[in-house]
Amino acid sequence: MEDLVLQTVSLLASTVRLAVPLILCALAGLFAERSGVVDIGLEGKMLAGAFAAASVAFWLQSAWAGLAAAMLVSIAFALVHGFACITHRGNQVVAGMALNVLAVGLTAVLAFAWFQEGGKTPALADAARFRPLQLPFAAEIGAVPVIGTIYVRLLSGHNALVYLTAALVPVVAFVVFRTRFGLRLRAVGENPHAVDTAGISVARLRYEAMLASGALCGIAGAYLSTAQSAAFLREMTAGKGFLALAALIFGKWMPIPTLFACLIFAFADALQGRLQGVELPGIGEVPVQALQALPYLLTLLLLAGFVGKANAPRASGIPYSKEK
Amino acid sequence: MSAGARLPRWVDLGLLPLLNLAAAFLLSGLVVLAIGEDPIKALRILVNGAVGYPEAIAFTLYYTTNFILTGLAVALAFHAGLFNIGGEGQAYVAGLGVGLACLYLDFLPGFAVVPIAILAAAAFGAAWAAIPGWLEAYRGSHVVITTIMFNFLAAALMTYLITNWLLDPAHGAPETRRFAGHTTLWTMQEMLGWFGIKAPRSPLNAAFFLALAAAVFVWIYVWHSRAGYRLRTVGSSHKAALYAGIDPARTIVVAMAISGALAGLMAVNEIQGAQARLLLSFTGGYGFVGIAVALMGRNHPVGVCLAALLFGALYQGGAELAFEMRNINREMVIVIQGLIILFCGALENMFRPTLARLFASRGAA
Repeated sequence: MEDLVLQTVSLLASTVRLAVPLILCALAGLFAERSGVVDIGLEGKMLAGAFAAASVAFWLQSAWAGLAAAMLVSIAFALVHGFACITHRGNQVVAGMALNVLAVGLTAVLAFAWFQEGGKTPALADAARFRPLQLPFAAEIGAVPVIGTIYVRLLSGHNALVYLTAALVPVVAFVVFRTRFGLRLRAVGENPHAVDTAGISVARLRYEAMLASGALCGIAGAYLSTAQSAAFLREMTAGKGFLALAALIFGKWMPIPTLFACLIFAFADALQGRLQGVELPGIGEVPVQALQALPYLLTLLLLAGFVGKANAPRASGIPYSKEK
Repeated sequence: MSAGARLPRWVDLGLLPLLNLAAAFLLSGLVVLAIGEDPIKALRILVNGAVGYPEAIAFTLYYTTNFILTGLAVALAFHAGLFNIGGEGQAYVAGLGVGLACLYLDFLPGFAVVPIAILAAAAFGAAWAAIPGWLEAYRGSHVVITTIMFNFLAAALMTYLITNWLLDPAHGAPETRRFAGHTTLWTMQEMLGWFGIKAPRSPLNAAFFLALAAAVFVWIYVWHSRAGYRLRTVGSSHKAALYAGIDPARTIVVAMAISGALAGLMAVNEIQGAQARLLLSFTGGYGFVGIAVALMGRNHPVGVCLAALLFGALYQGGAELAFEMRNINREMVIVIQGLIILFCGALENMFRPTLARLFASRGAA
């Protein structure tokens, strides 16, 4: 019994850890897409953020400095995206793709030139990383069966960014659905002409959304390289930006359903990690590649099977021009 | 608004793309400067490495072959309003088609196996692209996300097949045995040899002509066939297409299949032409280069071929550059690629208003 609880709890705990970058990127995408900018560039912003975080955390021996750098760099990428598709009304998907490719190239080139370790950054000492935190009374509650295990292993023992992410979900939900900014944000993604007629700048709102998107992707990047791992590795985002985008669509551009979509993807990822090398009754050992493909396969099935025609914000993907 | 202003044709098709390209290269030069190397010297090494001697030119054209095919794949899908970023996965799976034909049908004579392998590449690539096409057309799943997912699935599938079933146990590396000599394509060295011309050894092979033929095919298909008219109509407006009695869903699936087939032919150059064996990750990111090539070439076969040549030179020269300069690695080319996608794709109209004003004032004077 206690063993089963322990197994389940540790599976769920790794689900939480794997969900964090997905959730942050999905929230980033939520801001961008609600404002009418399709954000294919989540992946690139996160990757650039991961590299900035690992580099600065290494130089200054501070995880928080790394986080700040990641957010700044990711915001800079987001502003380039905005410059291309808000100011110059370029193709949003192409601009996002450009940032993704640019991030892959720039991080590899700079890492190689600065650290001479074949495209990765030097391993970070514990002091320069986000380390697991113990919630209060972990020792006392830990003694209680089941609840103790859940408290110590599932709720406690994560790093600061995990708790930050947990707090950000309701904050984003509140901002998007309960504030004046949120109302305007949603309006500009549905009908920018109405917003423009009301005397509010469409471009300004979309830029603000891109700033939020950049900041959140930056946190996601810092999480990858300074919390989950102890260095930046080449292309360490491994498609997570796209999984997040799929989760956002599956969650119908709503914060809470999107959160659950991210948790499903993360659960698939955690599960595949557990099943590697395990003999399944009746099936035998599943090839490791099939397991690794699981999150991607699940994304496809969910997108195709359950979402059907997703109702994206109506104006998303369309550059705004006053004349049309 | 001046963004839509009409410019003289030579400005629109010549000057504007060149300005965008120049902006991309200027920024790339700044990156080189930032990592403490001399951009002028880097450019000289790059150009010499790309076209400075016969072997370099052969390597450049070999890369060009890949990029023409993946660029055409992206360009054709673009005309149907689809952004196919799955060329990488489509080419990878197409490699399986080539590999299976060359490994298991090599009891047949060359004139049978070679075309079968080429068709298998096209068919495997087409199938791998048609599924995301079908999902887009009938299930509303965005083709950008599904093709990316299919890239990851292709990587998993191919790693599994190669490491578990196809690899040659006598070999240390995860790759198949060498294909029998009569199943592979002629090398350029052989072909030039028939005319008594001595050429250096290089991976350049007959697939180069296949790529040029594919460019002609795309030109005829998109602009001079009924199917191409349907494709472009769907690309500009689903509503107009429906009104004209065209089935957009069907057209999307067909467009994706052809796009995938074109990307798949890249495997012919790599697997059947250059490598003569199936190996892990032979696609090397060339599928993604196709995006930059298509955007730079303005989705026209002639433009794609020219852009592919530029990227071929960049890849070959970039390899030389990474070898010569201590602080630069091969990924520098990916930076340039990203900047080209940015300036020739997303920011393609950045200089347009300025140019329009310039030409308007000159016209008035």
